[in-house]
Amino acid sequence: MKNRLLWPLLALAALLLLNLIVTPSFFSLRMQDGALYGGLVDVLKNGAPTLLIALGMTLVIATRGIDLSVGAVAAIAGAVTCVHIGTSGSAGTAIAGMAIALVLCAVLGLWNGFLVAGLGIQPIIATLVLMTAGRGVAMLVTEGQIVTVNNTAYKQVGAGFLVLPISILISLLVLGLVAFVTRKTALGMLIEAVGVNPEASRLAGVRSRTIIWTVYVFAAVCAGIAGLMISSNVSAADANNAGLWIEMDAILAVVIGGTSLAGGRYSLTGTLLGALIIQTLTTTVYTIGVAPEVTLVFKAVVVIAVCLVQAPKARAALSFRKVAVPS
Amino acid sequence: MTPPLNEPPPPVVEMRGISLAFPGVKALQDVDFRLFPGEVHALMGENGAGKSTLIKTLTGVHRPDGGQVVLGGDEVAFSSPGEAQHAGISTVYQEVNLCANLTVAENILLGREPRRFGGIDFPAMRKRAGEVLARIGVHIDPGSSLGEHPIAVQQLVAIARAIAVDCRVLVLDEPTSSLDAGEVAELFRIMRVLRDEGVAILFVSHFLDQVYEISDRMTVLRNGSLVGEHLTADVDRRTLIAQMIGRDLGALEAIEDAAEKRHPDGPVLLHASELGRRGAIDPFDLEIRAGEVVGLAGLLGSGRTELARLLFGADRADSGRLVVDGKPLRLRGPRSAIAAGIAFSSEDRKGEGLVADLSIRDNLVLAMQAARGWTRPLPRRTKDQLVEKYLKALDIRPANPDALVRTLSGGNQQKVLLARWLVTEPRLLILDEPTRGIDIGAKAQIQQLVTTLAAEGTAVLFISAELEEVVRISDRIVVLRDRRKIAELDGSVTGVDEVVELIAGGAAPEKVVS
Ligand SMILES: Nc1ncnc2c1ncn2[C@@H]1O[C@H](COP(=O)(O)OP(=O)(O)OP(=O)(O)O)[C@@H](O)[C@H]1O
Ligand SMILES: [Mg+2]
Repeated sequence: MKNRLLWPLLALAALLLLNLIVTPSFFSLRMQDGALYGGLVDVLKNGAPTLLIALGMTLVIATRGIDLSVGAVAAIAGAVTCVHIGTSGSAGTAIAGMAIALVLCAVLGLWNGFLVAGLGIQPIIATLVLMTAGRGVAMLVTEGQIVTVNNTAYKQVGAGFLVLPISILISLLVLGLVAFVTRKTALGMLIEAVGVNPEASRLAGVRSRTIIWTVYVFAAVCAGIAGLMISSNVSAADANNAGLWIEMDAILAVVIGGTSLAGGRYSLTGTLLGALIIQTLTTTVYTIGVAPEVTLVFKAVVVIAVCLVQAPKARAALSFRKVAVPS
Repeated sequence: MTPPLNEPPPPVVEMRGISLAFPGVKALQDVDFRLFPGEVHALMGENGAGKSTLIKTLTGVHRPDGGQVVLGGDEVAFSSPGEAQHAGISTVYQEVNLCANLTVAENILLGREPRRFGGIDFPAMRKRAGEVLARIGVHIDPGSSLGEHPIAVQQLVAIARAIAVDCRVLVLDEPTSSLDAGEVAELFRIMRVLRDEGVAILFVSHFLDQVYEISDRMTVLRNGSLVGEHLTADVDRRTLIAQMIGRDLGALEAIEDAAEKRHPDGPVLLHASELGRRGAIDPFDLEIRAGEVVGLAGLLGSGRTELARLLFGADRADSGRLVVDGKPLRLRGPRSAIAAGIAFSSEDRKGEGLVADLSIRDNLVLAMQAARGWTRPLPRRTKDQLVEKYLKALDIRPANPDALVRTLSGGNQQKVLLARWLVTEPRLLILDEPTRGIDIGAKAQIQQLVTTLAAEGTAVLFISAELEEVVRISDRIVVLRDRRKIAELDGSVTGVDEVVELIAGGAAPEKVVS
């Protein structure tokens, strides 16, 4: 397990080092009005939504599934909250709005779970439905406008500080919670069992459907909270662009973290590292001044490199050790 | 066709000083192995002795840490099974590794499909596959998808795939573990034909009768080391077993004799009336008493597994009723069966049994944990006690609870599956081929276990393609033919011949399986 995290860790270190070389001030931190600022803090703050979504995605992927709808769900969460808040500045309205949004997200997760576990539709197709339709729903909610709000309570979620950015604190809290629940209960083992061999799990009496349903709801709620962070950070809801392509970043984070898309064993720590790598990469693209037109290519190259060094065959070639290809 | 001893032809395969270690396990230590053209060579040893691993180092699945592999005079080091295949080594691995979602024909000819106008010629492919299957006496639709077929048929398809190409070395790792006597005879016939054509055949089986019937020479492994190489004619069973287990077999024989017949008269635990499922098994009546061992006998495709699956709710019955403890029970799935104290160990340990990527510990407690639900995890201490108890009781090796089940030898995997259900202390234990791939020592041990469980009041439904085994331990034998229950016999007075006759139905039946 430790071994599996080595390469992501090295990749992260290399990226940070690159930043340090290009911008020597990257690591410097400063305290201002009880809040910490600096390059590293920015990475954490901007990476919070990706991390959160990637956490939900990890469990979904562990059950052999995938959730493409998380970006759309994030947009819906932002839209619903902003429309509910409207011109109000009261904290109560903001909290009510967020609660409504998250309940709605849970319902959307139930819908995904119903398609996958209830009807047995392939996860990639099942969640594609909401991925496309979801943006439409968000458009309907915002009536096609970018809805801006001016609510200090709401602003805290994505832009507030408690020494560290509140958004990253929320994400880390969720990470801790998931780690605790999956380890202290049998949920983690059962999720892995369902992911490795669904039929054997069914015959052993595992409630596979309930478990699959649970992870999709969890993923949707994570996406909802991430959507709140994104929209709160800019005090606006943009149905078209909020959380756009974030599902891809999240899936990448999970894969870089060493969880196989084939399902089964997963690593939450790996996902944390993966999300940090993705975000640092995005930041690096700006700091080292990669031309915008090659940004995506640059990102792709790094991701491929990280995945390559993790591949058993490549690793064997690198270390000249014997490789045991599973038969 | 055994090469004369004085001047043997050069071996086609020669492995010298092969060593291979996995983390924590020395799977092979300095093993020499020779395989001559035109011979059937049996590789013998207990579960975990290193047979499959030796085969995998030959075919390029594993690269040995030390030693040489010489094929036809040239030293080779295959880096993938594909390369070995290309060099003329056709292999059927112990765990069927075909694609369940492809058709039978595609599986047989995968990678060498007949082509036409640049595309795959499907009609030609089905025809060709049909011919290969017919060669080993299997008559199934080559266009059907592989996953529909029981594990024994999948095993036959894997064999068909191996003989569909010309090869000079044919490796068969426990090809007969779930075959009936009829299929075995058919397989041996084709093996003899190939041997007489000069193909070198490497054969692994835990059935001594089969080994003595088909093999010319044998190599014995114990704990990863070479014990000896003999001409089959030169060693008797007693010596062979002593070599494999490293001690005398007195204990084994005692067990065989001890299995005396009883007449259990416990209360009726389960009563099925007119239970059936269209296309799987015709409606049948069945009564099982507490403490009784009921054996199911029948040919491949006779509906043995199908019957068992209905009792466990793995498939839903579409007719009939089930009464457990005098109360009607509607099975909505395995969960309701498990709640009623029924356990089912599937014949397909890889596909339907084990969770390969999880540890021995997780696999052992899976059914019990699932019954408790995820919110009530088994306390660590209870878990460790259970695991320790069953690792010991079934002699699972390596006895390391954290070892991934995927890395265990076939027989040890089978024991883990069995242990998973023993952990739940069921009242009715349905065992579908529980001794599949298990060595003779452990087999006797498992049969003993079944008898002990029954004496303690557990009802057991025992399914096995090995009729001797069914007859030996069953108090009552239910005979199936063509997906119908045709007879029920008193186990204490029935012999194997009687069952064979019933199964075959007098007239030799056309062997149509599926
Ligand atoms: N990939 C692996 N990783 C770790 N250990 C392994 C691996 N494959 C095999 N082993 C170990 O090597 C030993 C030999 O296993 P092998 O499968 O060769 O036994 P076998 O003789 O074929 O037994 P069986 O009759 O049960 O099939 C066992 O102890 C097994 O646990
Ligand atoms: Mg083996």
